[in-house]
Amino acid sequence: MPQRYVVATAGEIPVGGSKAATVAGREIGIFNLGGEYFALLNRCPHEGGPLCKGRRTALFESKRPGTFTSSRPGEILRCPWHGWEFDIRTGRSYCDPDKVRTRAYAVTVEPGRHLVEGPYTAETYSVSVDENYIVVEV
Amino acid sequence: MIAPEKMETVLSLSHGAIDCDVHPALANTDVLLPYLDDYWREMVQIRTVENLDLNSYPPAVPLSGRPDWRPPRGKPGSDLGLLQRDALDAFDVRCAICNTLYGGPYLPNDDFAAALARGINDWIAKEWLDRDRRLRASIVIAPENPELAADEINRVAPDRRFVQVMVLAAGERPLGKRTYWPIYRAAERHGLPIGIHAGSSFRHPPTSLGWGSYYLEDYVAHAQAFQHQLLSLVAEGVFVEFPTLKVVLIESGITWLPAFLWRFDKTWRGIRTETPWVDRPPTQIVRDHVRLTLQPVDEPPEPARFERLIDHIGSEEMLLFSTDYPHWQFEGSDVFPAGLSDQHRRKIMIDNPLQTYPRLLEARQEAVG
Amino acid sequence: MSDTNLTDSAPVQAPPGVVDCDIHPTVSAMSDLSPYLTDRWKGYMREYGANFRAAFANAMVYPRYNRDGGSRMDARPPSGAPAGSDLPFMRQQHLDPNRVDYGVLQPLRPNGIGARNQAFGESLTAAVNEWQIGSWFGPERRLKGSLMLTREDPAAALREIERHGANENFVQVSVLPHGLEPLGRQRYWPIFEAAAALGKPLGIHVGGVSGMAPTSAGWCSYYVEEHHSKCEAMQSLVTSMVIEGVFERFPKLRVVLVEGGFVWVPSLCWRLDKHWKTLRSEVPHLKRAPSEYVREHFWYTSQPIEEPEDPRHMLDAMDWVGWDKILFSTDYPHWDFDDPKFAFARLRLTPEQHRLLFRDNAKNLYGLR
Ligand code: FES
Repeated sequence: MPQRYVVATAGEIPVGGSKAATVAGREIGIFNLGGEYFALLNRCPHEGGPLCKGRRTALFESKRPGTFTSSRPGEILRCPWHGWEFDIRTGRSYCDPDKVRTRAYAVTVEPGRHLVEGPYTAETYSVSVDENYIVVEV
Repeated sequence: MIAPEKMETVLSLSHGAIDCDVHPALANTDVLLPYLDDYWREMVQIRTVENLDLNSYPPAVPLSGRPDWRPPRGKPGSDLGLLQRDALDAFDVRCAICNTLYGGPYLPNDDFAAALARGINDWIAKEWLDRDRRLRASIVIAPENPELAADEINRVAPDRRFVQVMVLAAGERPLGKRTYWPIYRAAERHGLPIGIHAGSSFRHPPTSLGWGSYYLEDYVAHAQAFQHQLLSLVAEGVFVEFPTLKVVLIESGITWLPAFLWRFDKTWRGIRTETPWVDRPPTQIVRDHVRLTLQPVDEPPEPARFERLIDHIGSEEMLLFSTDYPHWQFEGSDVFPAGLSDQHRRKIMIDNPLQTYPRLLEARQEAVG
Repeated sequence: MSDTNLTDSAPVQAPPGVVDCDIHPTVSAMSDLSPYLTDRWKGYMREYGANFRAAFANAMVYPRYNRDGGSRMDARPPSGAPAGSDLPFMRQQHLDPNRVDYGVLQPLRPNGIGARNQAFGESLTAAVNEWQIGSWFGPERRLKGSLMLTREDPAAALREIERHGANENFVQVSVLPHGLEPLGRQRYWPIFEAAAALGKPLGIHVGGVSGMAPTSAGWCSYYVEEHHSKCEAMQSLVTSMVIEGVFERFPKLRVVLVEGGFVWVPSLCWRLDKHWKTLRSEVPHLKRAPSEYVREHFWYTSQPIEEPEDPRHMLDAMDWVGWDKILFSTDYPHWDFDDPKFAFARLRLTPEQHRLLFRDNAKNLYGLR
């Protein structure tokens, strides 16, 4: 049964920002992409590098040698070790999107008044009814 | 020559094969005089260029001519009759692709080099292809001036007996460099693969560590040159720019390929944004675009290991039959390493070459039609 | 399909205590070396530097994909000093959590080995050796040194061996593969003679600045090519040392190739043997097949480990190279680092293979207990 964990208040992670949290013993990175939230396991599926400490870049592509395009700024995570790229929205790698993926978790923003009814776990939060919270399902 | 009692086995083994690498030899530069214009004829006669043998293949070096394939006089490969007897007939091949290895096209004078390349192409058409219907040839070019090289491809390509364009494995710059793209544009337009043949014009030392002492070192190092060239062709995006282009590595050895690709794939994963046009693993690109000739097959002594290597290569489409006549790469009729399935052998002999060289298919259709 | 590639990411239980045969310490600033340099050379270093045979005074020709000469992005200590310059942080990030019993240092930056002013090169190399004692294996008993030698000046190298050769914490002597000539050439033999007499292995880490192109076909464009060219350079190095007869002359010499890979070794051996058979008249000083010298005299560090899709392919390669010849290494703190918990996880090694790879081979080779 997945559990729901409160990991931050809604205002805490600005657009383009991120936050590290430990829930249920797992290190997780939570990212704000243009107001949408995504959460990834902070462990690279390759050799276990601290993925969420990687540089956030755009998706760089090319149709033809010598030309370079850039899209989706800040939505790609480059592992700080060997540089494999991961899509923050899905956890899928660029190099082998079907087989090499890091675990992605469902994230929702919920008003505190729903949460106080439970069930949820807030390891570091005392939830107040007037605020909105970021909740990760693990 | 193959002993008569062994002949039958050979026939059954390689019957109907396409030999993708034989080497007719040019006796000397004077042989080209009838194919040169006045100016270059004069230059060839007054300047000391009568012998432009490549240092990668000095004719007297044992590797350059199998003892039983050497003519009584002259360079190995210089006699059509012997090539017919020892290569075409002995291995009972359907056809063979002539790759002329001569230094002329590698002179640093671009115009001189291009003139000699032209001469070689006209010579091979007249004195070899015209004299045996089984023979095909590679277009020889002087690659360091790619514009002139493309002109030569365009000039010769209408003769459908020329089935690919050939360059040496080590020249001035890595072959993927955009400088060379006019060559690939012309080759692709005419449906001609690029054949990269072992050998160096020695614009650089034969290894990245410098000049060794021995010919044996140089010859072994060709395998490293081929590895560099595959890196270059893939990384520069040659197969993105020229999506139907095929490259054939000739006389390259084959067993280095899988280990090389493992490393290439791995590094690509980490730094693929350096060359973002490479949008899939290099192994896949190489499998789609690159072929290798069989001899000299650098196989392990244990056939079981060779079977494993074929599994490592992961494709039965990549190898092309070759004897490498008259180079000394195997004894007697042992052109195939042990450990190949019958089906794979057939692909190597016939299906893969026909897939690689579309012009061979035309000739076949004509013959059938 | 599962959400994550769990087979890839599941850590294996690394055997307690690994020997890491490739760790890169660096200086936090050049002044770290001041105690070991005379005023003359301190001033020279500040004003002229190593003056390598390369385009850039202070950068590599092929820019890395990371800072600090290509280091892991998480390897800078909290002080912000360069990755690999802070011993307490190295303990905390690497030696302790990865249970490193012993780590062999490979100090590559700064280095005087490729300095064009040989007197400066000798002094800088000597300073780097003193600094290993003072800042690294002096304070940290788990670390062991590599005695760096200026290969282009063998007399200076011998002086350095005289100074420190007996220090048991220098577990090997080291040169770099790229220099003025291939390493097998006789000008370098005094170094081999001294190493053999000392009874310590010769460790050769990829690198060095020769001024020559990184490929025998010239200057490539991309880091992905140059990164790979180090593997080909090691192939040329093995070829050179074997063919020149180094091991006939110094039968006790043991060589460790660091970070040059090993999966290419079997194919290179088959190729060497095959062509040696044809060309042995050129190298009568070789009494045995080249592969036998390779088998007997070379060891290889493991990183960066190849990752073929089918793990059995990797096991084949390791079988063929020999489980006694491969030494685990991480390359910490560089970006292509291998983690002992993950790098071999997919291979499901036997306990015996684990033991050899992670610990015993290195302990035996370097005489560590
Ligand atoms: S650990 Fe992340 S790319 Fe290797």
